Amino acid sequence: MAPLSHPTLVLVTALSIDNLRKTYRNGFEALKGINLTVEAGDFYALLGPNGAGKSTVISVIASLITKSAGRVSIYGHDLDSERETAKRLIGLVPQEFNFNMWEPVEEILINQAGYYGIPRTLAYQRAETYLKQLDLWDKRQSQARWLSGGMKRRLMIARALVHQPQLLILDEPTAGVDIEIRRSMWTFLREINRQGTTIILTTHYLEEAESLCRNIAIIDHGQIIEQTSMAKLLSQLNTEIFVLNLDQPLEVVPDVPGYTVSLQDGRTLEVEVLREQSMNDLFSQLSQQGISVVSMRNKQNRLEQLFIDLVDRSSGSVSS
Amino acid sequence: MNFWRVYRIAFQTIVTKEILRFMRIWVQTILPPAITTTLYFVIFGKLIGERIGEMEGYSYIDFIVPGLILMAVIQNSYANVVSSFFSTKLQHYIEELLIAPVPNWVILSGYVVGGVTRGTLVGVVVTIISLFFTDLQINSYSITLLVFVLTSILFALAGFINAVYAQSFDDISIVPTFVLTPLTYLGGVFYSISLLPSFWQDVSLINPVLYMVNAFRFGILGVSDIDLVVALGIILIFIVLLTLFSLSLLSRGVGIKN
Repeated sequence: MAPLSHPTLVLVTALSIDNLRKTYRNGFEALKGINLTVEAGDFYALLGPNGAGKSTVISVIASLITKSAGRVSIYGHDLDSERETAKRLIGLVPQEFNFNMWEPVEEILINQAGYYGIPRTLAYQRAETYLKQLDLWDKRQSQARWLSGGMKRRLMIARALVHQPQLLILDEPTAGVDIEIRRSMWTFLREINRQGTTIILTTHYLEEAESLCRNIAIIDHGQIIEQTSMAKLLSQLNTEIFVLNLDQPLEVVPDVPGYTVSLQDGRTLEVEVLREQSMNDLFSQLSQQGISVVSMRNKQNRLEQLFIDLVDRSSGSVSS
Repeated sequence: MNFWRVYRIAFQTIVTKEILRFMRIWVQTILPPAITTTLYFVIFGKLIGERIGEMEGYSYIDFIVPGLILMAVIQNSYANVVSSFFSTKLQHYIEELLIAPVPNWVILSGYVVGGVTRGTLVGVVVTIISLFFTDLQINSYSITLLVFVLTSILFALAGFINAVYAQSFDDISIVPTFVLTPLTYLGGVFYSISLLPSFWQDVSLINPVLYMVNAFRFGILGVSDIDLVVALGIILIFIVLLTLFSLSLLSRGVGIKN
């Protein structure tokens, strides 16, 4: 991959959003005063339920929607007064496929580079670099409509990177992509983030956000309801439910003092563990009763539990 | 950052993309006007025209050649921009341009030049075909070229505005069918307005296509129903108005954003 040059990475704000509002002509208030700061070099999750306003925020940042009020700046460049400079710094991978299906893959990248003023020779080099990195080089002459869903997603990532943006915004980039390709996309995204590109990710796969992102904002009903680091957010989790797979089947639910235990089937136990409780203690008690655990997993993604709690609380406060 | 260099490359990219688009589908874009115009020459020029006799001192086929060339230019400049920009909207790849640092005037000029290029190409093809039927003599190359290009620009702009407002494929065919074709046919392509009763001559004067056809006919034959300066003035006024309106639509994001 071509080395990215980001001389202003340290202590720089990549994205600053101040009191962003969007009201549509029909009166629907999609954004109700969003404030958001993303530091340069971050891998940032912007989560929320469907219709919460995530895509509206992204569309405003990418100049696809006109905001009603507020201020957006990219690496210190105001989107209103320094629009073209700010736009040069952004790369967008939208939720929906938005390329000309009849155009060859390589041409889509060359044209996109051209819109950013990149000369054709350099555009060809960049296209080759990103198409190879995203395993699309063999398809460069194919019309985009012949690509599989996963390939189309990767094509949109390659297109968003062809002008080497400092801020990459990914709006559900792995939706509908199989797990193998999703994992390879995670590896790729981690690598470009490591090289200095700030990434903002929206996704409905919460394990994706937990695995990739260092900081997080949760948006609901057009407002930010949580904005913190992933570690801090996860530390708010009071209870986790673990699913234990047992070596030998059980007839009755074992009595494990201090823990809430339920038997799902003969070989599967569910145990609710409070934050202050020790897993060693749990295993030791099970072992004393002759119960041997073969494997263990979280019943629910940790972030998912918090996400649901936060959104439920937000919905409750909105409806009340 | 040299913004002018960025604009130039972006402009070239849009124009190249537009040219590749219509050349890729030349059977739909270049061939039909060539066939249609050949039929016009054969039917109106040869078969019927020889019975009509002279018009404004020229054989009928010579008289209609400028109008037929310009009609092809008008229809193709318009069709290119309206279909291309509407597809760009419909398939959402307009977003490729909207997120990029491309000013609205570069987007507009790129699409207009794409339309003018197709109009010019079709105009050249039709002109070559006309040489099989007439001995074409050009009265003034500069006026002919000027009117040709200005008319093409004007209708490319009109096509752009149609595409901005269009919500469906019906919307991009309604204007050419119910507005453009009648205006062209009644714009003096096939007759001199001096043949009409004075009331219909006055009515004809509100048709902008009349000014273009007559200015172009003046460039080729040296005859016109309309004063050349008035005709050029009207074409330029329309270009300025449509340009400002198109830029305003882009700047407000009408039909594109929200």
